Amino acid sequence: MLLISCPNCGPRDETEFHYGGQAHVAYPENPNELNDVEWSRYLFYRANTKGTFAERWVHSTGCRQWFNMLRDTVSYDIKAVYPMGTPRPDTTPAAPEGAAK
Amino acid sequence: MAETAASPTSEKNLAAQNLAVRTSPARQLAEAFASGSLAGTVELAEVPFLTLVGLRAQAGSETAQRLASVTGGLPAQCGGTVTNGDTTVLWLGPGEFLVVAPTEAHESLGGDLIQALQSALADGQGQVVDLSANRTTFELTGPRARAVLEKGCSLDLHPRVLKAGTAYSTEVANIPVILWKTGEESFRIFPRASFAEFLGRWLLDAMREYASPEVP
Repeated sequence: MLLISCPNCGPRDETEFHYGGQAHVAYPENPNELNDVEWSRYLFYRANTKGTFAERWVHSTGCRQWFNMLRDTVSYDIKAVYPMGTPRPDTTPAAPEGAAK
Repeated sequence: MAETAASPTSEKNLAAQNLAVRTSPARQLAEAFASGSLAGTVELAEVPFLTLVGLRAQAGSETAQRLASVTGGLPAQCGGTVTNGDTTVLWLGPGEFLVVAPTEAHESLGGDLIQALQSALADGQGQVVDLSANRTTFELTGPRARAVLEKGCSLDLHPRVLKAGTAYSTEVANIPVILWKTGEESFRIFPRASFAEFLGRWLLDAMREYASPEVP
């Protein structure tokens, strides 16, 4: 069981949270101009990182707020918790950098 | 339900009738709660039909200040509560609060709390929603109340951490509830109405061991 530090509520059990997938997937600037391949890449294609991964979580049984988290997908070590809309706090830059949804 | 202009007394009768025909979410467990309660150890009861009002307003905004003037303040951080007379505001999230007031504060019984909040909100950005039917209230009291809750709640319930007068939205018995510590040995638990029977039976089961003498 992960112990996740909600930015509003402090450390809580993983069962109080829901996972929101990869963070920093920017909405296309002009969605109408995308062809089907590009659109499907935006909708369905996600990184499958082994190591530190930026992802979205929501504290659904607590304050019901979203936040971003850097988690190691191998060791489950939580590296950072940071607000939505802020860039990934890491020395190694994330592949698609952009405003979080 | 035809409503006619009525004198205050007949309005009161109407209100009493209104309450008499209602069935609370854990009504079927009332006898079980009474027989399962252990006086002086741990007692469980449903407090039906409390008036619950959901508030939303950005902290520090003018709307929040107007709402705070009605409730007597809004809590500022997680766990916070503000009590003003018999009305308490619980913190649920940033800019989200739950007002807990007695049954009589509801408009169906002649109260004016919700109208007062709505007129305080006016056209400001925010929400005032009557959530009275959303949840029911269990009151768990007694020296063993903490031990009962600790069987199904991952929060640190020790009094050095969880002080009286704090409320948290969390999980008890794997269901989402609001847990409000009202006194040193008393808790109010707000499960959704549909979870009331499950949580009621779960609490009764968790309380059962304290009926027997402690094994040394």
